[in-house]
Amino acid sequence: MADSAVHDIQSVYEPSLFGTYSKKIGMWLFLLSDSLTFGALLYAYSYGRISTEGWPTPFHSESIVNATIMTAFLLTSSLTMVLAVRASVHGDAKGQRLWLLATMLCGTGFIVLHGREWSNLIAEGLTLPMFPKVPGREAASEFVNVSKTVPQFGATFFGLTGMHMLHVTLGVIYLGVVALRRKFIPILLVLWLVAWLATPAYSPFHYGAHVLLIGAIVCSIILWLKPKLYDSSDVEVAGLYWHFVDLVWMFIFPLVYLMSAKIL
Amino acid sequence: MATHEFAAQESHAHAAPQGFVRKWVFSLDHKVIGLQYYFLALAAVFVGMFLSLLMRIHLIWPTLPLPLLGDIKPETYLTLVTMHGTIMVFFVLTTAPQGGFGNYFLPIQIGAPDMAFPVLNMLSFWTTLLGFIVMIAAFFVAGGAPLHGWTGYAPLSAMQSTGPGEGLGADLWIISIAIFCIGALMGALNFITTTLDMRAKGMTMMRLPLTVWAWFVTAILGLLAFGVLLSAGILLLMDRNLGTSFFVPLVTINGQLTGHKGGSPLLWQHLFWFFGHPEVYIAILPAMGMCSQLLSVFSRKPIFGYKAMVYAILGIGFLGFMVWGHHMFMSGMSPYTAFAFSIMTMGIGVPSAIKTFNWLGTLMRGRIRFTSPMLFAIGFVSLFVSGGISGPFLAQPVLDIQLHDTYFVPAHFHLIMGVASIFGIFAATYYWFPKMFGRMMNESMARWHFWFSFIGTYAIFMPMHYLGMAGMPRRYSQLTEVTYLHGLIPLQKFITYAAFVTIAGQLIFLVNLFWSMFKGKQASDNPWEATTLEWTTATPPPHDNFGGHTPVVHNGPYEYNVPGAPRDYVMQSDPEIGPAH
Ligand code: HEM
Ligand SMILES: [Cu+2]
Repeated sequence: MADSAVHDIQSVYEPSLFGTYSKKIGMWLFLLSDSLTFGALLYAYSYGRISTEGWPTPFHSESIVNATIMTAFLLTSSLTMVLAVRASVHGDAKGQRLWLLATMLCGTGFIVLHGREWSNLIAEGLTLPMFPKVPGREAASEFVNVSKTVPQFGATFFGLTGMHMLHVTLGVIYLGVVALRRKFIPILLVLWLVAWLATPAYSPFHYGAHVLLIGAIVCSIILWLKPKLYDSSDVEVAGLYWHFVDLVWMFIFPLVYLMSAKIL
Repeated sequence: MATHEFAAQESHAHAAPQGFVRKWVFSLDHKVIGLQYYFLALAAVFVGMFLSLLMRIHLIWPTLPLPLLGDIKPETYLTLVTMHGTIMVFFVLTTAPQGGFGNYFLPIQIGAPDMAFPVLNMLSFWTTLLGFIVMIAAFFVAGGAPLHGWTGYAPLSAMQSTGPGEGLGADLWIISIAIFCIGALMGALNFITTTLDMRAKGMTMMRLPLTVWAWFVTAILGLLAFGVLLSAGILLLMDRNLGTSFFVPLVTINGQLTGHKGGSPLLWQHLFWFFGHPEVYIAILPAMGMCSQLLSVFSRKPIFGYKAMVYAILGIGFLGFMVWGHHMFMSGMSPYTAFAFSIMTMGIGVPSAIKTFNWLGTLMRGRIRFTSPMLFAIGFVSLFVSGGISGPFLAQPVLDIQLHDTYFVPAHFHLIMGVASIFGIFAATYYWFPKMFGRMMNESMARWHFWFSFIGTYAIFMPMHYLGMAGMPRRYSQLTEVTYLHGLIPLQKFITYAAFVTIAGQLIFLVNLFWSMFKGKQASDNPWEATTLEWTTATPPPHDNFGGHTPVVHNGPYEYNVPGAPRDYVMQSDPEIGPAH
């Protein structure tokens, strides 16, 4: 049936300028605009860095090691994503779901590691003026000084990595919906409750967790409007997004972490 | 294989929606969504116009208490300026020509059954509506609406304590803009994909009506510009609520240190204007497209220089991203940079002039039919030229030092962007109303409306050039006490009276719109004898636009007065008439 449909469409419409299906073009366009969104943030970062004398380089080796492991997680997730796409093209529904779940797992690992990193840095004194104080800890590391003398450092760090973390989170939700459809909504709600209840009230993640709730609501609306089965094209398009988020990290990791490592 | 499905085909597998809610409220039909955008913009324009009237009243009677607001303090005046500008730019000029008419007519003009992504289309409207509600909410929170102007310059906009409206009101303003960005991005993506992927057989890119070209390029501009504004808005929210200092240097307020330091207000200006200048083209390009269309239809002549028009649209879109610095000549930028931006800006004059001459060439020796849409299209050209002439003045850094932040600037941008684009919207309304509602609009009311608007607009905005050259600053309340401006008070009064009359004239439009919807003369399928695909289908168009079949296109969009043809126009779906000229 599908083949005759193709034939039909091609005789009724002009060939697409890019010779591919709409969803894919749509995703490429979104990525184009998203790269400008990140571009603006990177521009703000460079602007701050260049115009500030004595930009600090305080990241000690623990941070760098942690960020390297995070990078490995993301790279692995790109590999599993490729495998998911391959399984979907071969019509291997089980393999597709499995590899998608593996990708989500890697993504979640990235977020958890990143969250731990944020919490540690905040506890050590790298913080924003309005982040709630960590009770009972008087931070006394170099970061306290950095926050005081070069507020741009923490601002750009949390701004850039926060925006990226948001993208990874949305990516995990996106993959979850593609892999499990409606069944993912309750899982998402459980994740939200866990993330919300397991984080103390002074942690930014206590509030950030609500992204999961909003995600669950939006996904429910979309699934209600378009209750369809996802096929290999959807997996491929989701993969484009995932690889893009991975790629963005490949800019952030050297620019934000490596260029501010202590050895420099 | 399934991977070759087109998204729209798939979603249109279902039948026309049943029930009022799915049909008119949560509709996936691009035509209904277009109307929803249009009426949102209509509501917004009346709010914006009401605010402008309050400003004009206050400018000449500064001590007079105003309805709803009471005595006007300087900061209240700034609130009016800000909300007027923001509502007009975002919720009128970005919403009606693109979201409204683009949504309704782009798919029909290319022969598609709907947008490429109907669900996304619906979400983008609801996002935009949410943005509008949040924006209006800013009026009603403690402290009121913000006072940082539609450009939201930091540091005024970047801290909670800089003024009464800069608390929750300013947060809502930024959140509203961010929501608007997301809606606009979803829309832009949809427009581009639809144009690339869903053109009927024979509708090659070079047979697209200029309206479609304009919506297409506008969407590309939106796709590239709104993402940047979104980022800027997020950083601004961080400055305000997390205490960061992206945009705030070491400053004091009333002698108190603010706790911010190290940031740069210029960063905001760069990010804002990287969006802001393309935004003015987002506002004007669709109007250019619509007026090109109408000038050809009502001159009964092919558009003069179709290809040049297409390249001019593309050129304007491209150059539009390289000139943002002309808003920052006064920021202390290096004279060399200023020079580069100045040259680039004047470079945009070239494609703009190409368009203008082509419009005139289209009119020349045409058999012109002076219908109401045509009057507004000609009015558009007039306003575009009048406003365009002051552009090269402002583009000179030396002159801009004098003119910046005077009334010369509002005079310039109201003519070229504000009312010119509004004239495009009016022209399109009178032109497409018969297709949208199946009835004609009342022609004599339309003519009254045109003359009120046309003369009124010039009466309001032309004198503002003189105010500006005489040194009257913009965004100031209560200048009547300033001695060096005393001589200008009669002119100020004249402008305000003109604004009263012009705004009263807009009520004619409102009455005509709703009266004609129910009582207008029944319209035929092609009342203007035009050639594009929307006139080949029923009035109003069925759910899938062409009643189950897809048109096949054989001709260019502007085949009027073709030698040897049976009528003086050949429709795009008529049998081929040989090579286009
Ligand atoms: C009824 C017609 C209109 C009148 C009488 C009017 C009047 C005004 C006035 C008095 C100002 C304040 C100037 C100042 O003090 O700096 C202003 C600003 C502005 N208007 Fe209009 N206006 C009208 C229509 C429009 C339209 C159609 C647009 C759409 C682009 C528009 C966009 C703006 C913008 C962007 C500003 C600048 C706001 C700012 O400084 O932040 N206006 N207008
Ligand atoms: Cu500009």
